[in-house]
Amino acid sequence: MVNNPFPGPKTGLFSACLATPSGRRYNAALMSSLALPTGRLRPRHLLGIEGLSAEEITLLLDLSESYVEQNRARGAKSTLLRGRTIINLFFENSTRTRTSFELAGKRLGGDVVNMAAEASSIKKGETLMDTAMTMNAMLPDVLIVRHPDSGAVKLLSEKVDCAVINAGDGTHEHPTQALLDALAIRRHKKRLQGLLVAICGDILHSRVARSNIHLLTTMGARVRVVGPSTLMPTAIDRMGVEVFNDMRKGLEGVDIVMMLRLQTERMQGNFVPSVREYFRLFGLDYDKLEVAKSDALIMHPGPMNRGVEIDSEVADDVDRSLIREQVEMGVAVRMACLDLLTRNLLANSGAAT
Amino acid sequence: MRFPPGVVPSKTPGGRGGPAVAYVNARIVDPAAGTVAAGGMVVRDGLVADIGAHLAKAAALSAAGPHGMETIDCGGKCLAPGLIDMRVQIREPGEEHKETISTASEAAAAGGVTTMVALPNTRPVIDDAALVESVARLARETSLVRVHTYAAVTRGLNGKEMTEFGLLAAAGALGFTDATHATVDAQLMRRALSYAKAFGLPLIQHPEEPQLARGAMNEGELSTRLGIPGIPAAAEIIQIERDIRLAELTGGRLHIAHVSTAEGVAAIRAAKRRGVRITCDTAPHYFALNELALTDYRTFAKVSPPLRGETDRRAVVEGLADGTIDAVASDHSPHDQDSKRLPLAQAAFGTVGLETLLPVLLELVHNASLSLPAALALVTSRPAALLGLKEGRLAKGAAADFVVFDPDAPWKVDAKKLRSKSKNSAFDGRLVQGRVHRTVAAGIPVHLEGG
Repeated sequence: MVNNPFPGPKTGLFSACLATPSGRRYNAALMSSLALPTGRLRPRHLLGIEGLSAEEITLLLDLSESYVEQNRARGAKSTLLRGRTIINLFFENSTRTRTSFELAGKRLGGDVVNMAAEASSIKKGETLMDTAMTMNAMLPDVLIVRHPDSGAVKLLSEKVDCAVINAGDGTHEHPTQALLDALAIRRHKKRLQGLLVAICGDILHSRVARSNIHLLTTMGARVRVVGPSTLMPTAIDRMGVEVFNDMRKGLEGVDIVMMLRLQTERMQGNFVPSVREYFRLFGLDYDKLEVAKSDALIMHPGPMNRGVEIDSEVADDVDRSLIREQVEMGVAVRMACLDLLTRNLLANSGAAT
Repeated sequence: MRFPPGVVPSKTPGGRGGPAVAYVNARIVDPAAGTVAAGGMVVRDGLVADIGAHLAKAAALSAAGPHGMETIDCGGKCLAPGLIDMRVQIREPGEEHKETISTASEAAAAGGVTTMVALPNTRPVIDDAALVESVARLARETSLVRVHTYAAVTRGLNGKEMTEFGLLAAAGALGFTDATHATVDAQLMRRALSYAKAFGLPLIQHPEEPQLARGAMNEGELSTRLGIPGIPAAAEIIQIERDIRLAELTGGRLHIAHVSTAEGVAAIRAAKRRGVRITCDTAPHYFALNELALTDYRTFAKVSPPLRGETDRRAVVEGLADGTIDAVASDHSPHDQDSKRLPLAQAAFGTVGLETLLPVLLELVHNASLSLPAALALVTSRPAALLGLKEGRLAKGAAADFVVFDPDAPWKVDAKKLRSKSKNSAFDGRLVQGRVHRTVAAGIPVHLEGG
């Protein structure tokens, strides 16, 4: 806080920041190179991919790209979010997504606070609404929320004044995962349009699948979903994808194979009879991969169940597996989202005054 | 029934022991006869003393009627039998923070409803004759309108042991139902249908196979997009088809509550043609809304069975038009904020409906799906016939339970302004037509517009 460009009374610190737009805090070069939407209120939250335009997605990916470079030039820490508070509010266990957001916030110079709601007041019976009000009273700039219920993050966003990023809500959406996947693909294939992507496994319970379907179809990729029919959502074809229940057919000629995690508790629900059978029919191994394009890339949002949905050899194939790179892209994409949303906060409050 | 504050029946025109009163210059809707005609009505002692076209004008009245009788000019508005809402969750006893008999009756009166039939899913559950009597006593002391009740099929709604149908019937129960859940055990359902025949009462079944109905909304494209577990239409159809077989097997009387699917309506239509003793109802949200009301995770539109697709909604309208569906009930289900301001999957099922029953029903008249008398028959004479109630019609000697309303007057539903203690209306913000000016129960005005 030593070099805080907006010194002011402690109580009004954040509102003072918001009310005083200043180019000094922003990377001027970045600002001018990005065609930010103008003339209308910029989105305050990132709750999902559904509804985003191809231009908006491209903007986010381009911005992420610049953060990849910045991150690789180690030590180049930004001060973009200095004085800004980011709260990670996770109602569901997560190590990698939370850490990724935390790192993204810190690399931009923001103050990041982690709230594991699992262990806190939620357990004591506090409702989601009460938690929202409590968080809001702490005047954060960005709330990053993960919740086991679809729609919960949207519900919470309606009760707070800050920006909200959906870090995964139930089986609805996980927008930053789809963005990081798209970034990883684009860096390797130089495009998204026209690619053939197979998303494989438990589509029914996957927010990653839904966000990826929205993003990839919006960007002009062709998407297939492959999995047992019990793990296929009703009317999924209405989301513009082709449905396959056979890996060897579904993977034929694809550029990208995206595997999903099979949650072992699904076994009890009789969605699939056994892990053994699932791996035999839907687990990704070299044998099934043979029908894909020779340069097909393999992705997985993690954490992986080796020997359930993916064979270890395939997962660790340095030439074809993007799994480690996905994690790296995650930090860059989340930096871009934090950057853009805090910029929008400022622009909107400027527009309002 | 209690009376509105300050009202003494013997001093109230139309009330028991009070002077007579004439309602003139009205359009009298006779749902049973299917007619609408200019006319008037004389009310004395809580009963209809006279009704007909000869009472249309105040001048005619003073020549024929008793000297000095008070007259009320209805200004050409409709005068119809008070509504019978055959499916209301009242929440008293046990959940008085959501609704009481008193607050529900105020909502009913404001909506033109003069008879409510309560579901037995209170705490305790209405599964014993003493509890039927205690609800009746509570209603006498606190309700502005008539209250009847169903009794549970099984003790504590446990789905296992049958209640004492005979004693419950004698205490005044109008039928048997496990309320918001289906009676699942087929053998038990068979025996219940069979045993209830002795008392001439129907079994009222919630049409959802519970294993398939474990989702939170209609299964389809929208549930997939929202990531919400869906309930397939088959959950309803399977339950209806099974129960039709059991009704056929036993000869018992089956009533299917709130039908919501095209195929459910079709199954009932076919069963009726075969001569099965089956009736059914639906609720306004199943013909006025579809699943799109849940976009943005609107929990007020989360009801059970769930709002379906547009094809189903149209089939329900068709079922109402061709007579397959016998009645419309509000399915009034009050819930406090803590039960509804939750993520969709966790929120409680149900919408309040007593105050919006009439105007939403009238949408079917305004869009020419039903005639005015036919629409009103669904909430008056037809539920009365199937529950064996003498209310729901206006004739000399009948109880003076009626509603005066303007079928065209527009207004906007504002959930915050509803009289019900809970404000969870699926119709919040809807523009409707049809405004109640006056509701009269047993000759006593229990609701006056603006009063």
